[in-house]
Amino acid sequence: MMYETDLVVIGGGPAGLMAANTAAGAGASVLLLERDRHLGGQLIKQTHKFFGSEKQHASERGIDIAALLGDELKSLEDRVTVWTHATAVGLYDDGVITVDYDGTYRKVRPKRIVAATGASEKFLSFPNNDLPGIYGAGAVQTMMNVYGLRPGKRVLMIGAGNIGLIVSYQLLQAGVSVAAVVEGLPQIGGYAVHASKIRRAGVPILTSHTIVRADGKESVESAVIAEIGSDWKVVRGSEQTIPCDVICISVGLTPLTELLWQAGCEMRYIPALGGYVPARSDRLETTVPGIYVAGDAAGIEEASAAMVEGHLAGLEAALSLGCGGDGCEEERADCLKQLSSLRSGPTAEKIRAGLSCAHGCQTPKRRDEHA
Amino acid sequence: MENRRITDHPILDFSEGEVIPFTFDGKPMEGRSGDTIASALHANGVKVLGYHFKTKRPRGFYCAIGNCSSCLMVVNGQSNVRTCTEPLLPGMKVETQIDRGVPDDV
Ligand SMILES: Cc1cc2nc3c(=O)[nH]c(=O)nc-3n(C[C@H](O)[C@H](O)[C@H](O)COP(=O)(O)OP(=O)(O)OC[C@H]3O[C@@H](n4cnc5c(N)ncnc54)[C@H](O)[C@@H]3O)c2cc1C
Ligand code: FES
Repeated sequence: MMYETDLVVIGGGPAGLMAANTAAGAGASVLLLERDRHLGGQLIKQTHKFFGSEKQHASERGIDIAALLGDELKSLEDRVTVWTHATAVGLYDDGVITVDYDGTYRKVRPKRIVAATGASEKFLSFPNNDLPGIYGAGAVQTMMNVYGLRPGKRVLMIGAGNIGLIVSYQLLQAGVSVAAVVEGLPQIGGYAVHASKIRRAGVPILTSHTIVRADGKESVESAVIAEIGSDWKVVRGSEQTIPCDVICISVGLTPLTELLWQAGCEMRYIPALGGYVPARSDRLETTVPGIYVAGDAAGIEEASAAMVEGHLAGLEAALSLGCGGDGCEEERADCLKQLSSLRSGPTAEKIRAGLSCAHGCQTPKRRDEHA
Repeated sequence: MENRRITDHPILDFSEGEVIPFTFDGKPMEGRSGDTIASALHANGVKVLGYHFKTKRPRGFYCAIGNCSSCLMVVNGQSNVRTCTEPLLPGMKVETQIDRGVPDDV
């Protein structure tokens, strides 16, 4: 049986939750699909306090923000339906979404779609990188902060961006030792506050270093690391063996965009945003009319930007359906203002450059749009 | 065996959940309510969840959120179950997967 609704939001992370809340608040009927058993996306494992401004709940912990957004959703219960353990598996030309909902196959036909599927972790190639004990940083965080499990006894962290640094600190909090943080670039990518916290705890951050190989029989027993020159080649004689039972890979994220590819959205390769992202208007509509994108799926940024993008995409989707009332113009202007302020600092230069390549597409007119 | 459950944490509270019995390759084990199959195995010190169907190299979980398929195992006779997102249920029969698996009866 076909399920019909105004809007389907794919993904229940910060972007998707905001999109669902906003569109339902404006009067649209919404179906929120989340692959996981709980809502919150990446937020549910983030125990540290966030940066950003108060509007995006800065200085609150990620886990608390997830709960807050979830509560808001509950208050809109009469217009929002939530399916958890529901994976959108296909997005077809006729606008139908196919869903694996708790083991059953369902079809949904919405008038609008917001894709807020988030990102997946990048991998690194080196000999024996498939050994058990080599985990993504997100996985280590999930094990610790969702399931309450230590990933192992001694971890070698690869990557000194914010995620690598934050997860290293969270490992220390959970009583796991961190042998070192290895970073290929000559400088630390993450914020200085995070770096100094783990340095104070005695963890060395080795810049211009890389992992050469992992060793172990059935699982990781040690790793070889080495210094690299500006040509990214190993400096001979600098190899050292680090005993460890876990190697944690934190070398960045890439947008999860399979569904948008399938839907025929124009995709552009923009390294500054993490890989292939959909071209879209500044109102977040892709080149396929009625399909909007928000959050990490649109380009790797932070939860704060994901929330505002979700807000904007939900609002635009609702407005295009004739929902919403007074004040929507101001709400839109406020979202755009928040986004440009979040992206104003020198650290956001890369994001700004990336976005200028992703924006600036023309969405063709919708079939149901009246002149 | 090394105890992997965190009992003492500055921010989070992991109170002992209900015990969930299951078997891994015939061996009785215990998980806790809230566990996925992979988290319960991890708590029991199991790192190898399967072997690559061709190279027979050991595989463990990698992403823990259902993105990468590195954690496929045979559960109650069904192959290719993504154990990192599949909740642990009492009495589950969990087995190491060593091949491509067989399709379900349809
Ligand atoms: C360790 C770490 C620390 C961070 N620290 C900060 C910080 O201090 N400040 C900050 O602002 N940001 C931080 N971030 C970034 C922030 O968490 C992300 O940018 C944010 O979660 C992105 O939100 P999202 O909604 O786009 O994606 P996600 O949170 O990834 O949510 C996407 C959701 O979609 C679901 N999904 C995917 N595909 C499907 C499908 N086909 N069908 C149904 N559901 C699907 C997923 O299960 C997931 O729940 C951090 C991230 C990490 C990993
Ligand atoms: S570990 Fe990646 S899908 Fe399970």
